[in-house]
Parts: sequence; structure tokens; C-alpha cells
Amino acid sequence: MQAAPDRSRLEEIITGFAGMEGATLPTLHAIQAAFGHIPEAAIQMIADAENRSRAEIHGVVSFYHDFREQSAGRCVLRLCRAEACQSMGVDALADRISGELGLDFGSTAADGSITLENVYCLGLCATAPAAMVNGKPIGRLTEARVEKLLREVAP
Amino acid sequence: MTVTLYVPRDAAALAVGADEVAAAIRAEAERRGVPLRLIRNGSRGMFWLEPLVEVATPAGRKAFGPVAPEDVPRLFEEGLTEGRGGLGLTEELPFLKQQQRFTFARCGVVDPLSLADYAAHDGWQGLRRALALAPADIVAEVTKSGLRGRGGAGFPTGIKWKTVLEAKAPRKFIVANADEGDSGTFADRMLMEGDPFLLIEGMIIAGLAVGAGKGYIYTRSEYPHAIDVTGAAIEIARSAGILGDNVLGSGRGFDLEIRVGAGAYVCGEETALLESIEGKRGQVRAKPPLPAHEGLFGQPTVINNVISLTSVPFILAKGAEAYAAVGFGRSRGTMPIQLAGNIRHGGLFEAGFGITLGQLVDEIGGGTASGRPVKAVQVGGPLGAYFPPALFDTPFDYEAFTKAGGLIGHGGVVVFDDSVQMARQARFAMDFCAIESCGKCTPCRIGSTRGVETLDRILAGTEVTKNVTLLEDLCETMKFGSLCALGGFTPYPVLSALHHFPDDFAGRPRAAAAE
Repeated sequence: MQAAPDRSRLEEIITGFAGMEGATLPTLHAIQAAFGHIPEAAIQMIADAENRSRAEIHGVVSFYHDFREQSAGRCVLRLCRAEACQSMGVDALADRISGELGLDFGSTAADGSITLENVYCLGLCATAPAAMVNGKPIGRLTEARVEKLLREVAP
Repeated sequence: MTVTLYVPRDAAALAVGADEVAAAIRAEAERRGVPLRLIRNGSRGMFWLEPLVEVATPAGRKAFGPVAPEDVPRLFEEGLTEGRGGLGLTEELPFLKQQQRFTFARCGVVDPLSLADYAAHDGWQGLRRALALAPADIVAEVTKSGLRGRGGAGFPTGIKWKTVLEAKAPRKFIVANADEGDSGTFADRMLMEGDPFLLIEGMIIAGLAVGAGKGYIYTRSEYPHAIDVTGAAIEIARSAGILGDNVLGSGRGFDLEIRVGAGAYVCGEETALLESIEGKRGQVRAKPPLPAHEGLFGQPTVINNVISLTSVPFILAKGAEAYAAVGFGRSRGTMPIQLAGNIRHGGLFEAGFGITLGQLVDEIGGGTASGRPVKAVQVGGPLGAYFPPALFDTPFDYEAFTKAGGLIGHGGVVVFDDSVQMARQARFAMDFCAIESCGKCTPCRIGSTRGVETLDRILAGTEVTKNVTLLEDLCETMKFGSLCALGGFTPYPVLSALHHFPDDFAGRPRAAAAE
């Protein structure tokens, strides 16, 4: 899954942001969109382009929860664990999902089929519990809906 | 005759099947040969009714909801297209009728990306008035309205703007804080998805007021729909000559960019947000200097919450008096309150300050969704206090909430029923702080982890009295020693849980809790 980073594609993305003030986050988002993660090689290349140190760019990448060192699974289930969803029983749902898949939140299945992530608020707090599956918002999650979802993503 | 139907495109409506309902409506209309105009509006903010389908009738828009895709053929059969059946006129639904929608007047009503709709519903009136005023007069109008920061701090917006107006610098910036990370809040998201031109208008007015030519909207990666709609609105406004170097032909320039965060709650803190736009780790800056003096890229910067900025067009269009006429004490105007969590009628309720917490939860919200008794209500996000029903007479007002040991924050109200264990909620507050701490100051970075450990000991019943004392002491250190509200306010949920719900902190004698 971790193909050798395509330096020319990285170069192209980074150059595309030349001249933008504060280009680091937009650049990183674009790289992650293209590669599924932030390839190690990108860090030095961004540092060179922005005339900053490698350590600084590494510091930025490691600070933000979104940026991945490795690509996620084919399905990404982000379950909201914040208070509004807690009040509607998300913790029990999380346990059920984890148990069913034998996978902890914050990790990817060995076969690369699914990544489980905690997220703290999707802004869907009046239709809780809420999740996002491959970018699609899902509200009013119930055990039945979770089971259906799991059958679809991890048969 | 063409039938006009509305199905929201708001993310919360999509989350409960709005796209599937829209597809079912298209299919059914085609099957019946009914000419259809389907508008994907924002949400009205009555989320228990989503997906809420509306039909335009000569008497006004009529509401149907919640609609499932399989209901659609039956609804057509029963006369949906003529407005028969359903819930009646949307505007007459009690939840909407009791509101004073100043800021959310258009949200859920218009097609969010239609300039014609925006203009037809009083859009750009505030901007047109601002273009005719001197910068100092725009600032004076905002000051006179009494508008205070809707992100939570409640700082007078006009005073912030005046500071930036008076600052001398080669460049100035307007930054919209759309990093809405508090659980229980979705007002910024709804507005960006349902009425994005309003945010653009508010930001242009702010630019005219302080002499800034460039603005940034910083929002969350968790809000992909808001990013799409607002991004499209910026393009449309630019093509129409509303943004760019000649705003509405005035010869004055203002342009906008959206920047997207990367999953860091602390970036909602204004100085961490500025660092993030600059491409750095989202670490909090020590103040002073204030952003109004040295903000983005070291230049004077107005950084306001989305709701503060979107309150401004009304103030300019209708006058400061019209805005200030509503409210309570020093809290003037309206607040979009967000009812969330375990609540029957969850949604967005915009009303003048002064409505009580009990009215919001019991009357408007209809109590819990589970039907069990309300045990606690957290107001103001993960850094807000937990209130027991005994404090439900507290009016929604910055000062009244401070007095009651809490804060209104960004206006989120999360309801919990009696199955909640409050020591666990206190533990979550500390845990959340530990996960999201930017790491710059010790009380927040280390204190939150020690807090989790202390609460684990309390939950396990280990030396409870001693550990409760330690927890209170730790909260004192975090409250007064942290650089920003993340570490500084985490004690609100922790101590309010401890003081209002002592029985949940196992083994703790009631008498000690009352001290």
C-alpha cells in the first residue's frame, strides 16, 4: 500500500502553492488527498520550498490529528465521541463496533479494510450519535444501523 | 404547473437521509409526470423533523417531516404537491414561531448559492449602508448595537474593531473563526451551509470598517459540506463583483480565502488559529500583544466568530437600536442557541438573551429524547459547566451564567438524562483537555493528565476524600495558571460535576460537597 513516493507529483503539488502566504496546511492537505498520507520525503521538500527547517515541518505534521504517516483503510469510520453523542449512548456503540471487528479505535485492520477513528464533534449534535463513513455523515446511529453499516464495509 | 419542493442539503439533514429523500422525490415526480423544481436549501434548524420536506403553496411553505424515502410515494398520493397532509405551515410551527431570527432569517429559507434569493431576502442591505458610511461610523454602529463576541468570550465587537481601525499598518486582516469544535454546537456550520453570503457580507463590512483588504475563513476539516458551500459562494460573489478589487462598484477592495484546519480543537482559540493559518503548529500565543495590534502575519487583525460577523449585516441594515432593543442586561441582541444531545426537539433556536435554561430544555426542547428525567445540562461546550435542573431558572446571559459558575460559550446546550454518571463526565473533560492540549503551558499539558489519573482513583473509590481535595487543588492551578481557555476552563465541567452531583463521586460525603 505504501508505494514509493512519487517525487515529481509531490514537487508539482508543492510548487502549486508557491507564493501563497501560510501555504503549509493547504499543501499538506493536498498531499494527503493525493497520496492518502504524508510521505516522509514530502517533509524535506516542503521545508526547502518554504525556507523552513525540516524539524518545523515535521512539528506541524505531527501536531495535527488529521495528518497520517500511513494511509488509512479502504473504509474510514469516524465516530463522534464528544458529549452530545455520549448523551445518546455512543460509548456503548463504540464498544460494540470495536468488539465486532476486533479492532480498537485509532487503528486500521491488518487487511486494510477499515480504519476506526474517534472524532470530537461533527456538528451533528441534534441528530446524535453521529459518525462519518468515507466522508458521508450519518446521524441517529442505532445498533441496527451500525450492524448494517459494518456488513457493508467489512463483510 | 411546476411544483416547488425543498429538501435541505445541510449536513445534519444529509446524515439522516436527505439525499435519498431528494432522489425518491425526483423519481416519484417523474413517474407521475409532475414538473418539479427541487431546491436544496439549508436547514430550518428543527433537526428532529429532518429530513424536512417543504412545498411552496399560495398560503406559504408547508412542512413534512421527518420523511423517509419510502414515505415519498404515499405523500404524493395524499397530496404533498398541493400541501395537503403534513405539519402545516412551516412558519407556524411553534419551535420556529417563538424565535427571533435576526441572523438566521434566511437560513433554511433560501437556496444558499442563489444570489437572486439572497438579494430578494434583504441581502447586501447592510453592506450597501456600510459603503455609504465612514469607517468610524460603521464601528460606532456596531458598538452601539452592544454586540459581543459570540465565540464565547463576550468581548464587545465594536471595541475590537475600533482598536484595529486605529492601528497603523501596511496591511490588516479580517479572520472569521469558524473552527466550531464545541460539542453541542452547529450554528456556524448551519450558517455556512445554509446562508454563506451572509458571512461574506459580514466580513466585507468588517473590512470596510477597519481598512482591511483581505479576509480568511478558518474552518474545520470535520465540516466538508460547509467548506464546499462557502467555497462555492466565494466564487459566485467574486464573479458577481461583490468580492474583489471593486466591491459592488465602490472602488474599494476586499477578498476572501477559506483555510481548513486539521483536527485540532485548540485552533478555535484565536491565537492558535492565527498560528495555524500561518502554517505553524496550533499553539497558543501569549497575550499581549493582542491580535488587534499584532495578529495574522504580525498585522492588526479582527478575529471574530462566525456568528459575531453574521450579526453585523442586520445591525447595519436595520440599525443598532433594532438589534439592541432585544436582550437582557448587558447581553444585547439575539443568540442562536443550539439544543443538542439527549433532547426531544433538538435544533437551533435564535432568541433574545434572557430566556431561561429551563424554558430552553423543558418547554422548547421538550425534555429528553429518551423520555427519562433530565439529570444535567452542559452549556457552552466541553469547557462549559454542567447545570442541574435546580439551576434551570438561570437566564441565558453572559453575566448570569458567570454568576452561576458557568459560561454560555458558543451557545451549545447538551442535555443528559439520569443514566449519566457525572464523575465519568468530569474524567472525560480532563481526558479531552489532555488529547487536545497544544502543549505550550504546563498546567494544561500535565494537569489534564494528572486530572484523569486522579479521577480514575476517585472512580475506583481509592482515598476519595483526599483525591477530591487534590482534584480541586489541581483545578485551581489549571484555572489560574493556563495560557488559554482550554486548560483554564476545563475546571468548569469538572468542578460543576463535583459540586452539583457529589453522589456520583463515590463515597464523598454530602456535607463536604456543600462547602
